[in-house]
Amino acid sequence: MEPILQIKHLTHTYGVGTPFQRSAVEDMSFEVREGEFLGIMGHTGSGKSTLIQHLNGLLKPTSGQVLLAGKDIWAEPKKIREVRFRVGLVFQYPEYQLFEETVYKDIAFGPANMGRTGAELDRCVREAARLVGIRDEQLDKSPFELSGGQKRRVALAGVLAMEPDVLVLDEPTAGLDPAGRENLMANIRDYHRNKQKTIVLVSHSMDEIAQNADRILVLKGAHILMSGTPAEVFARGEELLSAGLDVPEVTRIAMALRDRGLPIDPAVYTVEALERQLLALRKGGAAC
Amino acid sequence: MLKDITLGQYFPGNTVAHRLDPRTKILLVLFYIVALFCAQGVVTYTLLALCLAICVRISHVGIRQLVRGLKPVLFIMIFTGVLNLFFTPGGRNLVEWGVIRISEQGLHNAVFMVLRIMLLIMGTFLMTYTTSPISLTDGLERLLNWMKRFHVPVHELAMMMSIALRFIPTLIEETDKIMSAQKARGADFESGSLIQKAKALIPILVPLFISAFRRADELATAMECRCYHGGEGRTRLHVLRYEGRDITALCLGGAIMVGVIVMSRFGL
Repeated sequence: MEPILQIKHLTHTYGVGTPFQRSAVEDMSFEVREGEFLGIMGHTGSGKSTLIQHLNGLLKPTSGQVLLAGKDIWAEPKKIREVRFRVGLVFQYPEYQLFEETVYKDIAFGPANMGRTGAELDRCVREAARLVGIRDEQLDKSPFELSGGQKRRVALAGVLAMEPDVLVLDEPTAGLDPAGRENLMANIRDYHRNKQKTIVLVSHSMDEIAQNADRILVLKGAHILMSGTPAEVFARGEELLSAGLDVPEVTRIAMALRDRGLPIDPAVYTVEALERQLLALRKGGAAC
Repeated sequence: MLKDITLGQYFPGNTVAHRLDPRTKILLVLFYIVALFCAQGVVTYTLLALCLAICVRISHVGIRQLVRGLKPVLFIMIFTGVLNLFFTPGGRNLVEWGVIRISEQGLHNAVFMVLRIMLLIMGTFLMTYTTSPISLTDGLERLLNWMKRFHVPVHELAMMMSIALRFIPTLIEETDKIMSAQKARGADFESGSLIQKAKALIPILVPLFISAFRRADELATAMECRCYHGGEGRTRLHVLRYEGRDITALCLGGAIMVGVIVMSRFGL
């Protein structure tokens, strides 16, 4: 897979020259491959939010580069808007950005800024609304009449409607109830699967990342602590825990079982995988 | 970018200037302003500038921060300076060139006016730099307590002020966040005509107002949950008390003010 985003030695320092100077991101290098689902996790203050605001050029790196499809996004600062259309960023609590009179108009804000009009615009809006499960009759309502979860989905649709190549989501399920979380994650998964678009998901819910991501990046204190497939990352569960991060519930159970002497590989992160191991173990035990 | 605004920003510290009672500091600034407006000549101005310099030295506030506070009033300073320079008659004419005329009195006025504004701003900024907004409003409330007898809602005004001050950084942060979110959807705040620029503000202002109202509502509920019912019979966690240093500072400040007034009588 080709890298769609390449981050090279990215550093971002806030408040240069004041007593409050501090680096939120320091010398980070990684790449996002086309079509993959990348999970980023880390504690509050590990630089997640700062990092993702570099991916679409909202923040300018203090040093280092961000390459989109091989081109430095800051090569032509005048064209930074194009980058923002190609890398869609959904902020934390995006429902607070809604402002239009109707849901339809709010979703249309992004694609209209891209210069889309008429039937093309209508298609983008309706498709995005359908992707997140907003019904046609809701499109004419005021976004402020909707429930919290629905507002969040409208805000997500507002970014999806721009049909970005890379979709970056910052804690998309924060503050939702379990059903709302599952619903929203299903929307995102469907989008990923059907459109073959790249997704970068920032979350501190390990379970959410474990279930969806192809690859995981773990941040700690403005640096990359580890990166790899979920199996590789969660195999280092102890390290994660000592870094003050969580591991998925299933991994924690597996680790506890191994500590009690069961020959279990703790690098499991789905219920099914642990079930398979345990069943195999029981069969093996019966054979003895 | 929005975070760079230094509006009454407080720099925490533990110097004598920080530890003084907020009431003392407010009174001292008041003394200073009175003295500044009475000051007439070189001697009194030098004395006042020296006082400020000593206070800055004591407070450990960087001179650069203090000067940065002057930036917003730079225009007013230049404006007053120029007006005074060209339009004050009196004394000998130093420059005469067509309609442009600079008199001795004009030069004198211009220099002292600009100096006065500079010292005034830096003096008040020194107070806000060394006093947290909360204790500042606290002090103000206590100082104006006597006005309650005339049914002036002092407590309510002070509460309003501290809430407003408390929410300035929050709202700035919120604005920043909303701007970023709309920029991520391709909003453009920089280019276009004036009307287009004004229109581009709608996607920021609507969410900002909604969240401000939401916050106000939540804060009111939270305050009511804790049985807040105005200032009547309310006691304080931190009771302000004048210490020895406050009395010393007030006496010194008062003496300097009286001294300046007396000296300016003699035209110094």
